[in-house]
Amino acid sequence: MNIMEGFLPPSHCVAWATASAPFLAHGAVKLRRVMREHPQTRLTLAAAGAFTFVLSALKMPSVTGSCSHPTGTGLGAVLFGPPVMAILGAIVLLFQALLLAHGGLTTLGANIFSMAIVGPWVSYALWRLCTSLGLSMAIGVFVGAALGDLATYVTTSVQLALAYPDAASGFTGAFLKFAGIFAITQVPLAIAEGFLTVLVMNALSEKTQVLEDLGLLRGRT
Amino acid sequence: MKLISRRARYLLLLGTIVLVVAPLMFVNGKFGGSDDAASQAVAASQPGFHPWFEPIWKPPSAEIESLLFALQAALGAGVIGYVLGRIHGAAKEREALNNKKAPPTDVST
Repeated sequence: MNIMEGFLPPSHCVAWATASAPFLAHGAVKLRRVMREHPQTRLTLAAAGAFTFVLSALKMPSVTGSCSHPTGTGLGAVLFGPPVMAILGAIVLLFQALLLAHGGLTTLGANIFSMAIVGPWVSYALWRLCTSLGLSMAIGVFVGAALGDLATYVTTSVQLALAYPDAASGFTGAFLKFAGIFAITQVPLAIAEGFLTVLVMNALSEKTQVLEDLGLLRGRT
Repeated sequence: MKLISRRARYLLLLGTIVLVVAPLMFVNGKFGGSDDAASQAVAASQPGFHPWFEPIWKPPSAEIESLLFALQAALGAGVIGYVLGRIHGAAKEREALNNKKAPPTDVST
């Protein structure tokens, strides 16, 4: 999902950065509040950041014969809420842009929007929906993490199609082209991310107070 | 709180491995990166396309690049392992403490 350095027109770079900015500001406020009000969850916060750090470094083979990486933002989105993930995801993207030449500074706003904003919000919303429908925590986490991952890549396809609409078929044609590159490759990887997120969530919460400390079990017995 | 049974845990682990290994075994592909494929698609659709900005620093070779990616994954995995150790250690300690003072009078944490 990383749009490479210099691959979006300047006006698009500015627009996506502007769109991401309020989410980052909101995230910074939320992050400070989490650290202040739940200091006992700092270790879990580190794990959530580390999880997206690991997963976004793993380029894994997929059914289309090309490789792509998961995003790992679903775990933190469920545990700490999507605003906090805007910050953690942005840190990962900045690291990759500066040290790996993967993604870029000019495309940072667009990449933050897809991976650190849309993905976490989709994860969080679907997790809430699943659990409010009475589905188990594990199913909610799986659905949220897997579809949040996929949503990130769909967003990247939209961003590229907006910048480079097809000469003949316009935005739709270009979107289908980029989605063909990204989304199909991503389907098995998104499922794998869903599995991994459930496993790590379980490892964090089994026999510990992590979910209780974060108030995630409020109103449930 | 336990989310899944031990059996489900093994199944998920196995499923993850199958999802990643199966394409390598059954798909005949070049396994290049999808991010680069998208960049190439952009360049192909725009005759004379040049990125208008270059990365400030690039890993000098594919080896260095994979080193840095491995480092990123290793750092993250290290932190996760450390955190899991810490919180499980703390949970065990708390349990031992609760067992010691027989009727748990004060659980104000």
